[in-house]
Amino acid sequence: MSFRDNPLGELKVPLTWAAAIALIVAVVAATAILLSDRRETFKAEAYGATRRASDTYLAPVADVLAAPGRWTGQGADSVRDYFGAASANHDLKAELREMKQWRDVAIALKDENERYRALLGLKTDPPIPMVGARIVTDSHGPFADTRLANTGREHGVKVGNPVMSENGLVGRVIGVTDGASRVLLLTDIASRTPIMIDRTNARAILTGDGGPNPRLDYLRGRDPIREGDRLLTSGDGGVLPRGLPVGTAVKGLDGRWRAVLAADAAPIDFVRILLFQDFTQVVNQKALSETPAPPPTPVPTSGSLKADEPAAGPAAAPNPAVAKAPPPGAASPNPRPKPPAAGAAR
Amino acid sequence: MSGARPLEPWRWLGVPMLYALIATLIFGIPFHAFGFQLPQPVFPMVLAFAWAVIRPSILAPFAILAMGLLLDLFWGGPLGLWALCLLLAYGVALAGRSMMAGQNLAILWAWYALVTGTAMVAGYLFVLLDSRSAPGLFAIAWQFLATIVLYPFAQRLIDLFEDADVRFR
Repeated sequence: MSFRDNPLGELKVPLTWAAAIALIVAVVAATAILLSDRRETFKAEAYGATRRASDTYLAPVADVLAAPGRWTGQGADSVRDYFGAASANHDLKAELREMKQWRDVAIALKDENERYRALLGLKTDPPIPMVGARIVTDSHGPFADTRLANTGREHGVKVGNPVMSENGLVGRVIGVTDGASRVLLLTDIASRTPIMIDRTNARAILTGDGGPNPRLDYLRGRDPIREGDRLLTSGDGGVLPRGLPVGTAVKGLDGRWRAVLAADAAPIDFVRILLFQDFTQVVNQKALSETPAPPPTPVPTSGSLKADEPAAGPAAAPNPAVAKAPPPGAASPNPRPKPPAAGAAR
Repeated sequence: MSGARPLEPWRWLGVPMLYALIATLIFGIPFHAFGFQLPQPVFPMVLAFAWAVIRPSILAPFAILAMGLLLDLFWGGPLGLWALCLLLAYGVALAGRSMMAGQNLAILWAWYALVTGTAMVAGYLFVLLDSRSAPGLFAIAWQFLATIVLYPFAQRLIDLFEDADVRFR
């Protein structure tokens, strides 16, 4: 029987149907990939090997491609600076006069602050080490606002590290590989940042929505915010350090409070990645969550144990925490501060 | 006889795909001058529309899937988001292909806007479900506008390849 005689030989699937089946298969594959994505968890392992590999190769290529754009931007800035030199000089002189007054106030406050800290024995935050990086890609769509920085694991960058420009907080690292870090901007739809209003100390959550001005959600208290209030990171939750400048409050067109980001004051080309370790990274989570096994219940034997005698065995073992506790009256490593003697502060 | 030569996939799928990815890469570099930055259109949308209009194909959906995944990797969004949105756009264009036959430029441009709008609405809903927060409509509208002005590139691709294969005339 020749091929032509085969009854199935004439059977041909119409191309439109074949294309539709191919489309369905591709949609199923895309859906499965989307459902398995765990980007929103911001965990190091959720970033995935594919993303890390892509960032590793993308960063040097984008760095080369970004160079002409960088030069053009610098050239445009030079032209603007040249023509605006006179007015900039006038503004800077006025600013300098104001800053001189603030400098005196700052010195006095710093001195006073240090003395209060010494008196209270307050444990202050240690200085945070940081590394510099250059931004090589910029995504500012409605569904993803991220940037790729050309510094990565080799400089100690970790997932969760805050990223700042010279003006304020930009975002935080969500993925890191050799030579590249992916920075989630404050404007990204998945970004949630605990902040405080500097004037009232009220708290809010800065929620990105893909636009240039993220929302301030969960505002608490009566009249907690006003137009132009300064916004800082609150440090709540321990993910970000307290007091990083975020921006200023503004009422949006939709009637909701929003933030004008401080980092948007100038193009974000160079950033500082703060090698800040949050509480969950510093403490030994395993040891913290471990609960010691309860001691076995001693079985009393008649006549062998008196009521006022301690039981023998493991139950009678001294508690190390108690054993380490200093006796009353001994010098404690962090003694309660004594009030200063009269006239000592003068 | 060049007219009888079948259309090679690399000519109408491979080369335009490469152009779209290069354009995405270039528009993804940080560029700021005089307070402005580059818009971020969805270049692969041009291909998702044009490929559906040119001819039904088995390879095209998989090329769109690959392009969408690369877009997600490059933009740092949820992996699979743009792949799914572009495939839905391709599906809408494929379903309306017979209605687009013989229409003038304005009607085709309107169809392209409809297809792009479908992808954007799908993206909005997927992100809403994923992050439980509504994306800003202004940002979506801005990207929608930046994408629909790319229609002349889709028209150029359609003109180039619609009649390139005699079997599909």
